[in-house]
Amino acid sequence: MSITRRNLILAGGLGTAGLTLAACGGGSPAKQDEDVTDITVVSGNNPWVQGLEKHLDRYAEETGVAVHLDTYGNEQLNDQYKVKLNASDDTFDVMVFQVQDVAREFARNGWLLDVTDRVEAESDWGWDDFQEAAREAVTVDDVVLGVPLMTERHVVYYRKDLLEKAGMAVPTTLDELEAAAEALHDPGSGMSGIAMRGQAVAAVTQFSSFLYSFGGDFQADGASALNSDAAIAAYDYYGRVLREFGPEGVTSMGWVEASALFAQGRAAFYLDADSQAYTFLDESSSSVVETVDFAPFPAGPAGSKPYSIVPWTAGINSFSRKQDAAWKFITWATSQGMLTTLMSEDTLPSPRQSSWDDDAAAGSFPAGLVTNVQATLDGVVGHDRPQVEQVAQAREYVGAPIIASINGEDVPAAATKADEQLQELIDAEAPA
Amino acid sequence: MITGTAPAGAEPDAAHLSAPGPVFRPEDHRPERRRGLRDRLGSWIDRHLKVLFIAPSVAYIATMIAFPILYTVYLSLTNSQGAVTRPFDMVGLENYTHWLTDTDRFWPATWRTIYYTALALALEMVFGLAIALLLRKSFRGQGIVRAAILAPLVATPVAIGMMWMLLLEPNIGIVNHMLGNLSLPRLGFLTSPGQALTTLALIDVWQWTPMVALILLAGLSSLPDEPYEAASVDGASRLQQFWYVTLPMLWPTMAAAMMLRAVDALKSFDVIYATKGRGGGSEHEVETLNILAYGQSFEFSQYGRASALLMIFLMLIVAALAVIHILRKAGQQ
Repeated sequence: MSITRRNLILAGGLGTAGLTLAACGGGSPAKQDEDVTDITVVSGNNPWVQGLEKHLDRYAEETGVAVHLDTYGNEQLNDQYKVKLNASDDTFDVMVFQVQDVAREFARNGWLLDVTDRVEAESDWGWDDFQEAAREAVTVDDVVLGVPLMTERHVVYYRKDLLEKAGMAVPTTLDELEAAAEALHDPGSGMSGIAMRGQAVAAVTQFSSFLYSFGGDFQADGASALNSDAAIAAYDYYGRVLREFGPEGVTSMGWVEASALFAQGRAAFYLDADSQAYTFLDESSSSVVETVDFAPFPAGPAGSKPYSIVPWTAGINSFSRKQDAAWKFITWATSQGMLTTLMSEDTLPSPRQSSWDDDAAAGSFPAGLVTNVQATLDGVVGHDRPQVEQVAQAREYVGAPIIASINGEDVPAAATKADEQLQELIDAEAPA
Repeated sequence: MITGTAPAGAEPDAAHLSAPGPVFRPEDHRPERRRGLRDRLGSWIDRHLKVLFIAPSVAYIATMIAFPILYTVYLSLTNSQGAVTRPFDMVGLENYTHWLTDTDRFWPATWRTIYYTALALALEMVFGLAIALLLRKSFRGQGIVRAAILAPLVATPVAIGMMWMLLLEPNIGIVNHMLGNLSLPRLGFLTSPGQALTTLALIDVWQWTPMVALILLAGLSSLPDEPYEAASVDGASRLQQFWYVTLPMLWPTMAAAMMLRAVDALKSFDVIYATKGRGGGSEHEVETLNILAYGQSFEFSQYGRASALLMIFLMLIVAALAVIHILRKAGQQ
């Protein structure tokens, strides 16, 4: 048969129809676990995934299951999840997520598998070994949504050489911190007294420890507490030290920019998560390897109350058709042996108590940090941002008074507006 | 009286014989079905050939453009949030009235979008035309110059954002270092709420002026020589030639370049997002409509609100194109 225009169109039409039907036809029925030859892990870029990558070949050899790893920047990660899971995507199995940011929203959307029974059933693996605060952090409304991968606490990074030269002691209270920052602030020679996050949304999590140490919190008894006296005092303090002793352009700084200043020796103090310690101890990127030291979060009027949170959690995509294989991988990657190995090889702040009790693993951390971790097991606060479903929106509200304070504007007015907005959000999310 | 009829089977009469009888045609005796399958479809295809050839592109446009727009219109009338698979209600035009009465975020974002576009567009047209006029005459090293001005065009927007962020960083950036060496005041650039949007518009100018110059250069090289000859015979100066000959003849090309750049500048996203992140900075100082819509959908999961915002944004783009189109017509007359 010769190819005519007519035949060409017929063939094209049939082909297109076939492809369309194939695409619409859905997948094959759920696979049996023994059929699984590969799984896909989606994660943000974090120390856990960086350390684990080296061991993935071993997992494939031991189990015959190849692990594909997709890593994204932290902000892109949530966009990826929202796009994929809105379309009920089953092409990835393990999802590493920021429990504080998305757990409530994802759980209500039905995107995260409930693993409560699974964590309790694995007696050899040891759910009880995970620190209590870490276990609580991944539990929302009595449902366990994943396994903690690492923990982090607020810590003070400081330049011991500068403090010694000025004859000052390491600050133990927020007043002493302010005085020390003032004494070491020397903008003429490019030295800032203190560097912290000043970008509205990014600063919220680091502002939290100040808020708690002044005796406040984002919410109290299910209502917004952003215009309490404690909150206004905390806003005032945070903005004042950055305005007077902070670097230029601080309202554009997230942790990347602020930590870069400290790593380049251009700030005397830097307060942020202790999981960043490795960046200051890396000679290729830090000029303060010899001069950096660590101190616990200073005490405010209500004592020293830093946050201690689980930044990353491994859960299971509820649309995945390889959920058992995904769970098996998670238990391997969060086993006592693996997390302790990652802690000693990659300074991953392990969520397991046994890792911190292991002298070799704890020895990979600077002594100051280990002391800080052990010292802050009690008295810490297990969240570092408002506990609502729409965390991103709440962070924007909470962040606005921080900016007003840095700019020297009316803090109580900004706090009142933020309080109203957060309350509106809490009311809108309340079950009807 | 005897009446009778011819018996059955009687010979036909002469009249019948002489008339042309029914001729045997094979196709009349083919089963009806066989004929339908091939020929009927075939003749249908022949009759609808034009439609069939454009059908794939129509199907593509329907799935890739029409469906998303219609779905966005639908979502914009609902209170969908969290996930599109969650139950939601129709709320009519509530999302539209929310935005049009929002003086906190929507209207500032609209003015920022217009300011950014107008500033970038004006400077790009002026500089683009100047560069095109300079490059019009051949000179030594012309190829190198043409290639060099194209460099910003080929760079990735996110890389451009990062590069400018480093250059303009107020504490360790080289630009402020140089300003300091020249005893000039240091500037906040991207970090200063008052300067960030203008800085971003200037980065857009840096990146896209070469493209405008290229388009205008192509337009210039297609202009006929006769009007210039006539103008010089009439004693027109170089400036008069430019104003009365070059500009009117180049106007259609300029309008096309403006249209391309206006759409691009209105929907600018990548460099703004790369340099200032979500929400357009701590005080939303560079939050354009695109950044606002992105935040509403990807950060806040407010799909109804975000859809309404995008529909309003679409109308703004259509309005801007209409204005340029009217200008183009007016210029041609």
